[in-house]
Amino acid sequence: MSEPERPSSLDDLNQRLKDARGKFAPDAAPEDEGASSGGLGLGFRVAIDLVAGVAVGVFVGWLLDRWLGTTPWLMVLFFFLGAGAGFSNVLRAERESRKKPD
Amino acid sequence: MASPLEQFEISPIVPIQLGSVDVSFTNSSLWMVITVVVAGGTLAIAAGRGAMVPGRLQSIGELLYEFIAGLIKETIGAEGRKYFPIIFTIFVFVLTGNLLGMVPYSFTFTSHIIVTFAMAIVIFIAVTILGFARHGTHFFAFFVPPGTPLIMYPLMIPIEILSYLSRPISLAVRLFANMMAGHILLKVIAGFVAAMGVFGILPLALVVALTGLEIIIAFLQAYVFTILTCLYINDSIKLH
Repeated sequence: MSEPERPSSLDDLNQRLKDARGKFAPDAAPEDEGASSGGLGLGFRVAIDLVAGVAVGVFVGWLLDRWLGTTPWLMVLFFFLGAGAGFSNVLRAERESRKKPD
Repeated sequence: MASPLEQFEISPIVPIQLGSVDVSFTNSSLWMVITVVVAGGTLAIAAGRGAMVPGRLQSIGELLYEFIAGLIKETIGAEGRKYFPIIFTIFVFVLTGNLLGMVPYSFTFTSHIIVTFAMAIVIFIAVTILGFARHGTHFFAFFVPPGTPLIMYPLMIPIEILSYLSRPISLAVRLFANMMAGHILLKVIAGFVAAMGVFGILPLALVVALTGLEIIIAFLQAYVFTILTCLYINDSIKLH
């Protein structure tokens, strides 16, 4: 009597497994990224990204200067490159936040 | 009156000196241990039961699991499944640390930049190694944005490298600045309560509202830290 039940429960399990795998199917592409949490969150992120770029630029320039003995020219150069990196960070953050329609 | 910065003071509990390096067990370490015990204990109990109809604690565990699994699916896709343990651990550690910091007289270790920076640099190095392991030297192509004309390479490559290097800093500063600012604000406003006598009821009401806001921020910043980790892993796997 219990014989016919088993294949059906196996089928059921199979179906459930398929469903579970489907959830993580390779073509489940990322659709929304970005840590957007309203305007304030984005503003805060932009401010920190901008400053972080400049800070890293100055730091790298200072290190290279100390190593090569070219004080202060590489620091000046890397200040501007760092500012560029900061802007590039901001642009990327903005692009990510726009990808998400809200 | 106590300074609003007093809450961030590090005090050694068990002084340990290793050579010339001070590796004392401090109040910060103590709260990290408490965080691990609380988070680990809660999740162990939540996972232990495995009831068909989850109780309250098991619901928390399942909610956390599904939240992070969904986050990984959205940001990285199917490949991200492998990185679930580390991402989940980061989220739970930061979240529990932030929330325990809201308990009066506790210590918020996430409001110290050295703690957040240590986490950020570990993530940064791991993600870089992952990128090189996945793509070998081809990973350097990451520093050239697609569609860049050859003449712009000398300018764009340093900018992209600096932009990449600034990641751990912005990751660390975001969490630390939010937590520190919130806790200072709470202490400053709370200082007005006693100073203003009867009218102290106004800042008191504000402190109550701000405490709610801080709890939201505790969740939000743990979420932001986690989602950025996911995005960095995604960048390393997929390159652009």
